Amino acid sequence: MGLLSRKVTCNSHGQDSSYFLGWQEYEKNPYDEVKNPKGIIQMGLAENQLCFDLLESWLAKNPDAVSFKREEQSIFKELALFQDYHGLPAFKKALVDFMAEIRGNKVSFDTDHLVLTAGATSANETLMFCLAEKGDAILLPTPYYPGFDRDLKWRTGAEIVPIQCSSSNGFQITKSALEAAYQEAQRKNLRVKGVLVTNPSNPLGTTMSRNELDLLVNFVTDKEIHLISDEIYSGTVFSSPAFVSIMEVLKDRKLENTQVWERVHVVYSLSKDLGLPGFRVGAIYSNDPIVVAAATKMSSFGLVSSQTQYLLSAMLSDKKFTKEYISKNHKRLQKRQNKLVSGLEKAGISCLESNAGLFCWVDMRHLLSSNTFEAEMELWKRIVYDVKLNISPGSSCHCTEPGWFRVCFANMSEDTLKLAMQRLKSFVSSITIDNQTHQDLKNMRKKNRTKWVFRLSFQSFHDREQGER
Amino acid sequence: MAIEIEQPRVGLSKVAVSKTHGEDSPYFAGWKAYDENPYHETSNQSGVIQMGLAENQVSFDLLEKYLEEHSEASSWGKGAPGFRENALFQDYHGLKSFRQAMASFMEQIRGGRAKFDPDRIVLTAGATAANELLTFILADPGDALLIPTPYYPGFDRDLRWRTGVNIVPIHCDSSNNFQITPEAMEAAYQSAESMNLKVRGILITNPSNPLGATIQRSALEQILDFAVNKNIHLVSDEIYSGSTFSSSEFISIAEILETRGYKDAERVHIVYSLSKDLGLPGFRVGTIYSYNDQVVTTARRMSSFTLISSQTQHLLACMLSNKEFSENYIKTNRERLSKRYDMIIKGLKKAGIECLKGNAGLFCWMNLSPLLEKPTRESELALWKVILNEVKLNISPGSSCHCSEPGWFRVCFANMSEQTLEIALERIHKFMEQRKRS
Repeated sequence: MGLLSRKVTCNSHGQDSSYFLGWQEYEKNPYDEVKNPKGIIQMGLAENQLCFDLLESWLAKNPDAVSFKREEQSIFKELALFQDYHGLPAFKKALVDFMAEIRGNKVSFDTDHLVLTAGATSANETLMFCLAEKGDAILLPTPYYPGFDRDLKWRTGAEIVPIQCSSSNGFQITKSALEAAYQEAQRKNLRVKGVLVTNPSNPLGTTMSRNELDLLVNFVTDKEIHLISDEIYSGTVFSSPAFVSIMEVLKDRKLENTQVWERVHVVYSLSKDLGLPGFRVGAIYSNDPIVVAAATKMSSFGLVSSQTQYLLSAMLSDKKFTKEYISKNHKRLQKRQNKLVSGLEKAGISCLESNAGLFCWVDMRHLLSSNTFEAEMELWKRIVYDVKLNISPGSSCHCTEPGWFRVCFANMSEDTLKLAMQRLKSFVSSITIDNQTHQDLKNMRKKNRTKWVFRLSFQSFHDREQGER
Repeated sequence: MAIEIEQPRVGLSKVAVSKTHGEDSPYFAGWKAYDENPYHETSNQSGVIQMGLAENQVSFDLLEKYLEEHSEASSWGKGAPGFRENALFQDYHGLKSFRQAMASFMEQIRGGRAKFDPDRIVLTAGATAANELLTFILADPGDALLIPTPYYPGFDRDLRWRTGVNIVPIHCDSSNNFQITPEAMEAAYQSAESMNLKVRGILITNPSNPLGATIQRSALEQILDFAVNKNIHLVSDEIYSGSTFSSSEFISIAEILETRGYKDAERVHIVYSLSKDLGLPGFRVGTIYSYNDQVVTTARRMSSFTLISSQTQHLLACMLSNKEFSENYIKTNRERLSKRYDMIIKGLKKAGIECLKGNAGLFCWMNLSPLLEKPTRESELALWKVILNEVKLNISPGSSCHCSEPGWFRVCFANMSEQTLEIALERIHKFMEQRKRS
């Protein structure tokens, strides 16, 4: 018909990226311990499945929370009618307390500054609608969560300009990288509106250092722009250094009631820490009353179900539960991450040292046939189709260096993780043999590499692409 | 609450500081007066009675009975075996069982006269989200949608605020019971053209809010023909479809398409929600049903920004797939709303007030034009203030619904008990008596 908006035909929804194609392959042939032991193991999904037993046991002990009762009285009608975009007061209170508890109570949050949204996906987009529009840019350190391309740009019309980070310093943000990104945006005639960081980082799995946080505060103060800190993984920090929230930095530097204070906004969600992505619980926290007011009205387009708000207000107000949950969640994540790291080590693969998140940032540069993204894609396809592991290639996260992959560890059983590591180990051994053979061949045919060899490998590469579609 | 901003604040987007959220209109100011002095049956009998909120409170007992008898709907069963799968489920296709239940419910509401394919159902957090999402997909910033007046005040925000799309009204008036005519549609189209606005679609609400009446078959045919002739989209917001007092009187655009063999269907999109028919606005359950594959695919992707809680999808999948429950609910809900409607019409007639003949919805469209000093918007607002402050009733002035004829008001009747409605009618009666005397 040709009668749909430009938003339909543009590609900013990002669903043609490899990040989503890997999922498609997994869906066609998903691993199952019993029914499909040779299937693809999903290691591209950042889900936290390690603490459901704690949630289930809480639910069993607190049936009122799901049967619409408060102190044995039915509140069904009250909840069914509750669509106030200010949110259920009891839930907001429980949520800000939980956020404070995660931060070791070093900072506190005010419910008046909190806006509830249907997930962090909605929170990030809503914040962007409030802060930026067509012609504006937001700076993001690479590598970053692939979903941001859709969430921040698609319907808002804003642009993302990357802050290039490299392995030379553990992918930390530097002053020069910030400046370079700012210049790049100006070169593109874009007005820089702010910086968005994910802390702890996805896909790195690391917490930002205080030094980096200070750098950021100085940068946004100097340029008079906004700072969004997506702290969705704040409850997954399982080893030192401890998590330092941007709010803590502002407090320590006594920046409350200064201009920069009102330009810092935090995003949170229960999808990762509590493992409840289906419930769509996200939040924006801002010190700017105008942002809070605008975001609150915009939340009409993505409110949290009152049924869910009630359940979680009961759960998160149970301080005995939250204390136990936070602690056990950390321990189990740490244990699981260790298993992944040691499994990778056995396969001769190292990863970025991490202390948070539901994934590791894995270094497979030594397995690339060349230091290019084409080689990264080649390797990734082999891992998906031959090794049968769906992992996320660094290029889908806009990493500037080929060869890095994000590998999730908290969305499967321990046994499945073990199996995945075994498969990887076998694969690496075979590559080593291949490379050895290849090297021998290379030496033998140094000057006589026939064209038909190239044509053949090029052909099979193309066949695979057809298969993907 | 209105925000006083004198000039754009540095650092925020134009959308953030614009007034297109529309919350400064009297539609919302009346709520303020109610919030400050709300009527209560025992503790505040002289307070303001809320008649500006289109909520359906007449059938909660049916829902509560179902929940009592089916605890697995709200608790994932004993030992919660389904809990973790449900908690992890964030697929934007939506729970299949819920989509199937929704499709079947929509079919039941239409007496089986239209069929719905669960795979064409896109789920959103409420109809508010569905309408905005569709606008993002069907129009670009600066384009226009044609909407018959009077219309739901929320559309000014939902369709225009973040999308940058314009609304051009299709003026309807009481000379023909506010029905939509081809002449009015054409005039609106020309008006848009003269403003250099590209018209992308026409959006109707059927049954109508605020009229409380279904759109007739002949009008629906003309509207669809108009959309075909101009090669634009047709969005039919059928959020009140289950609130028609008699099942046979509601004709869905889906039925019109069916009789036409689905020719031209790819420009038609239906919006639905459980907020009115089931009285569950807090649960945020909306849907887009589109006959256009590209719209379905794109809407699905966009729904990532506004997914329905999987906990709620699970509850409603259980409830709506229970045929015994859904059939009884639809039938009983209709009967009760019809009874309420009769009650308010009789009461208003006794007070000497006429209403538009209605057959659906949670409100009636009341004609107070004989009471206006002058046939102007200002007189209407003056009368509205009197009714709010002296009679202590919050009703919605027609001007907030963009009605071009002053003197009409939308009065809700399903968001209160029968006793409260009696009190409201007594107050109106007294007010009219006083005016007659003076």
